[in-house]
Amino acid sequence: MSNSATSLSQAHLMMGLNSLQLMFYFAAALAIVASLKVVTGKNTVHSLLYLVVSLLAVAVCFYLMGAPFAAGLEVIVYAGAILVLFVFAIMMFGLGQDETLKAPQAHAFKLSNINIWFGPSLIAALLLAQLIFAIDNSAVQEKLTSNIIEAKQVGILLYGPYLLAVEIASFLLLAGLIAGYHFAKPEGVSLGHNDLDKQKETGGHS
Amino acid sequence: MAEILFKLLEMTIIIALLIPIAAMLVWVERRMIGIWQDRLGPNRVGPFGILQSLADLLKILGKEDWIPPFSERLVFTIAPVIGAVCVLMSFAVIPFSPSIGVSDLNIGLLFFLAMASLSVYSVVLAGWASNSKYALLGGMRAAAQTISYEVFMGLSVMGVVLLTGSFNLREIVIAQESGWLIQTQFLGFIIFLIAGIAESHRLPFDLPEAETELTAGFHTEYSGLKFALFFLGEYLSVTLISAMSVVLFFGGWLMPEPLASWLPPLVWFILKILFFVMFFILLRTSLPRPRFDQLLSFGWKYMLPLALINLLATAAFKLGGFYG
Repeated sequence: MSNSATSLSQAHLMMGLNSLQLMFYFAAALAIVASLKVVTGKNTVHSLLYLVVSLLAVAVCFYLMGAPFAAGLEVIVYAGAILVLFVFAIMMFGLGQDETLKAPQAHAFKLSNINIWFGPSLIAALLLAQLIFAIDNSAVQEKLTSNIIEAKQVGILLYGPYLLAVEIASFLLLAGLIAGYHFAKPEGVSLGHNDLDKQKETGGHS
Repeated sequence: MAEILFKLLEMTIIIALLIPIAAMLVWVERRMIGIWQDRLGPNRVGPFGILQSLADLLKILGKEDWIPPFSERLVFTIAPVIGAVCVLMSFAVIPFSPSIGVSDLNIGLLFFLAMASLSVYSVVLAGWASNSKYALLGGMRAAAQTISYEVFMGLSVMGVVLLTGSFNLREIVIAQESGWLIQTQFLGFIIFLIAGIAESHRLPFDLPEAETELTAGFHTEYSGLKFALFFLGEYLSVTLISAMSVVLFFGGWLMPEPLASWLPPLVWFILKILFFVMFFILLRTSLPRPRFDQLLSFGWKYMLPLALINLLATAAFKLGGFYG
């Protein structure tokens, strides 16, 4: 870091950073509360909406931490596309009002079912400890606020050192695409341009 | 401090101007459709019927704001607000002239795409919360349509990003000083325009509210001010898509030299936007509505490959030093 940048960040520490930090912690608290509402809510669509709020709050956190590109992608991909698909599926299958009434009661939390709750709790506790360590660590804090990562840097990294990971991810997505195509195709019918009638005859449901 | 106050003032003025303009567009649309269909259109309220929107507003304010008892109250009320807010937020990143513009966000283009993808919640949630068959069908159509066309919209503007090297809308406009991007990105522009019409679900792509099949689609159960908000959102998004087309492909406020000195940049920008708004209205009057499966297969089978080819060709030409 150059000298002028250091003095700039010190000036920020004096006046500007406090309001930024306030915004960050507000967004983070919002994300946590919304996430809690996701898992405790009884209405499926309301839970999904809380998940959207949580993702938007995380996007704000990303932005404030100097990663505007990640923030934009978070909103476009997660909040804007994937969760819309979730909502679409829930509307399609008519889920929504009070799913817990129909859910079997056997899975309700009981202290005696230690083999069910112990593993997840351990993992969650480890994650929490790591998170607290990261927040507490001053070296990490300095890193969070010192520089802004532009879209260009992300691109150079993705298509430079991490090219292999990108390719593997695209293979995974391709597999998903092929599987989706296979499931959507009605049995015994090759779906061409205008064979809706043929589809009706065979009773296909695509 | 003064700077913050100035920004707030700028935002207030922009919103205070945008909303009446969107309302006026309702009258402009009805009047222009009238002229193109060889009839008069609304011409009774004020000179040339110019106060028609005001009369409509008064009528809508006087209507009962009814929330159906079978609906999901909270979501039903929030849904129209989400749509209007998302569209208005997008205007924050639009550079209106060299000195006017709320924010020069570095990821301005991504912000626009993000807001466009969030605004689909308005329609989907309205359809779900109404708890009625027609509204639900409309909401589901909207979800499928918007998700599909968002993909091509994003891909079509990547050519612009490749050529200008920035997501910042102001920098994109300034990069067009040597020539508008429409010269090299014609295909990208066409795809962006079609995707834009689908995103703002205007005719001919207004299948979420196709009145011949779904009575009024997602807003069947809406009345009064909430319906007005949907209406406002639609006209605002027509303005937004026009503004984005101008910024990305037609040089924003820039004009070739002899013309540029005639009028201030802001006026040129508004004139260009008006041209595209008129084009949207003309499309509405002249094109029939496709079937829903036709709409989706057109998107995935023609638009997606075309957008990819455009991106590939632009990247290849850029690498080959074709654009200098």
